[in-house]
Amino acid sequence: MAGEKPVAFVAERQIPPSPPPVRTGGALGWARDNLFSGVFNSVATLLSLAFVAYILAMVVPWLFLDSVWNASSLQGCRQVDDGACLAVINERFLQFVFGFYPEELRWRPILAFVLLFVAIWPALFSSAPRKLLIFSALYPLLAYWLIWGGSLWGPVGAVVGIAIGWACIRFLPPLVRGRLDEGLAFLAAVGAGILATALWWLFCVIAFEDALSAVLAIGLEPVESARLGGFLLSTIIGVSGIAGSLPIGIVLALGRQSNLILIKAVCVGFIEFIRGVPLITLLFVAWLLLSYFLPPGTEFDLILRVVIMVTAFASAYMAEVIRGGLAGLPAGQYEAADSLGLDYWKSMRLIILPQALKISIPGIVNTFIGLFKDTTLVIIIGLLDPVGLLQPIRADQNWNGIVWELYGFIALFFFIFCFAMSRYSMYLERNLDVGHR
Amino acid sequence: MRLKTTLVAAAAAAAFSVGAHGATLDDVKAKGFIQCGVSTGLAGFAFTDSDGNWDGFDVVFCRATAAAVFGDPNAIKFTPTTGKTRFTALASGEIDLLYRNTTWTLSRDVDLKFSFLGVNYYDGQGFMIRKDMGVSSASELDGATVCIQTGTTTELNLADFFRANNMNYEPVPIETNAEAQQKYLANACDVYTTDASGLAATRATFEDPENHVILPEIISKEPLGPLVRHGDNAWGDIVRWVLNALIIAEEKGITAANVDSMASADTKDPEIKRLLGVEGNYGEMLGLSADWAVHAIKTGGNYGEIFEKHIGENTAIGLARGLNQLWTKGGILYAPPFR
Repeated sequence: MAGEKPVAFVAERQIPPSPPPVRTGGALGWARDNLFSGVFNSVATLLSLAFVAYILAMVVPWLFLDSVWNASSLQGCRQVDDGACLAVINERFLQFVFGFYPEELRWRPILAFVLLFVAIWPALFSSAPRKLLIFSALYPLLAYWLIWGGSLWGPVGAVVGIAIGWACIRFLPPLVRGRLDEGLAFLAAVGAGILATALWWLFCVIAFEDALSAVLAIGLEPVESARLGGFLLSTIIGVSGIAGSLPIGIVLALGRQSNLILIKAVCVGFIEFIRGVPLITLLFVAWLLLSYFLPPGTEFDLILRVVIMVTAFASAYMAEVIRGGLAGLPAGQYEAADSLGLDYWKSMRLIILPQALKISIPGIVNTFIGLFKDTTLVIIIGLLDPVGLLQPIRADQNWNGIVWELYGFIALFFFIFCFAMSRYSMYLERNLDVGHR
Repeated sequence: MRLKTTLVAAAAAAAFSVGAHGATLDDVKAKGFIQCGVSTGLAGFAFTDSDGNWDGFDVVFCRATAAAVFGDPNAIKFTPTTGKTRFTALASGEIDLLYRNTTWTLSRDVDLKFSFLGVNYYDGQGFMIRKDMGVSSASELDGATVCIQTGTTTELNLADFFRANNMNYEPVPIETNAEAQQKYLANACDVYTTDASGLAATRATFEDPENHVILPEIISKEPLGPLVRHGDNAWGDIVRWVLNALIIAEEKGITAANVDSMASADTKDPEIKRLLGVEGNYGEMLGLSADWAVHAIKTGGNYGEIFEKHIGENTAIGLARGLNQLWTKGGILYAPPFR
């Protein structure tokens, strides 16, 4: 139908979209929607802005404009300017980081810290090469050796002890197969493994160390525990507590659900006892009671005692967090695992724990963060963690009277660590898609 | 720490044993250093310098003891102790000697089974107040609000003082000295009370120290000194006589600078000769070398020098000698004769 006129009331082309009215689009629109959508919200926004401006007006000049970085005393700071006296952090920074660690040996904790990231890489990100897990398993002893020094053969002896225990658990059950019930055989093997490891550690390691040192002396200059302090100390206690509490917590949580009455009783007893006692009490026990009970002259290292207590404490909480995850799984999952014919360990490893741990992530990270912040409690037993170091630093005539700068600095350190942990847990949740969407 | 010792300790832990400590002097000599308990940080008395070395009034006395025993003021290790852990650390043998602003009281001496070996600082509880309050004596403090550290002897002394003088006060309980400082500066209390040395140290940190006064009244006796465990007589004698030697050195004008020349030159004063080991066998009696006192004095000087360097009037803390002046100069510092 050529030549036919187009219908007048039908548009031939789409009208190009016109920009939204200024009041609803762009930054202005966003602000209108989110900040000034009503009288109450507008007032609240203005008040908040005024508050933020007020705080910034106080903090920015104090911290940035008027702060003093180079002075040798608080009085010196005050002569230069009236802002924050950051000179104290400038002067004592290394003390905050390493405590009293000998200066020429400080590369050792630094190396240990760098290797820490290599060690936790495969644990944190699934993209990492799996073989690195072997390194992660060996890392605690490596870090111990780097930080405290001494003969290399001591840590090696400790590894041999663990290997002996593992060998017992691995190779004993097949030996008694047929003669004993399978579960009982396994239990007996675990007991024998623990006993063998303990015996090795108690009676053979020293001879082992001495013998090998006589043949080939490899060692680092030993550093005493009393010289550890500052962030190094917090990190040692925090990281070993975190690394230790997760596996122990899993074992305790599983033990609590066990049908074997003895295992269940031990786990419940441990968890409830530890949860019923404040951490400070445990630290005092570690410090005070052991000092009385141990024969005079023995050196059971204080930091090691504290690490053990902190780990035990966090493990009990971790066990309950993980139990929550286990309880959160539908019974069908357990039954499905059973119906596939998987034995207990396989069903736990392949079906139950991956789901339970996934559910528990927020709680687990919560416990980690709490544990890390709790490390500052060691101040009451005279260990000089960052907060503990404040006292001797502020007792120095030059810096006596400084408060905000030092506490702020320590708070910043803890914030960085805890915030990183919390962000990581959010990343993990996103990746594992916890929401059952 | 070595893994080895840890494991030995773990093994030994199984064998329960109660601390029947041998002679500490033998232990100290065997291990080659003194483990000295000090404060975790108290202005002028114990602090760490930028290299992480302990220094301060109490610390120098520890070092002088080490110098007397080993001839080396660095043959020493420090254990920072809090008010709560100090006595346990000593009783359990973790430290050999406690030099931590510890007030000598009957119950500590007798009930806790320690031996106090003298007094290296005579302290007492005082009051600090803002100058514009116009108060010049503690007897005018009726009705004041007082910042007071809870759970200390100062709290009890304060109650005693106000009751004895028939006055009222309103306590503002606080936990630490740092907190007290903030509260006092924020006008949460009119008066801050603690040991006078602590008041002076606190005041020195203010931006306007001239606007605050420490009232002249001292309402308690706080003799601070070193202590060791009961039964450590030989070891205690050494600690006591190192302290006495430093006081006698001030009396006799022996300083860190001139001690060597005094020991070698032919001094007339027989007591100096005895002290510096030129005459007699006093070092031998203590089980030390003859020149032990020379080493002790060289560490930080005599008592007066140590005082001036760490807490004296030319320091930020600015304490006057007061009671801690020699008995010959109006104080009560009085060492028994060296013979």
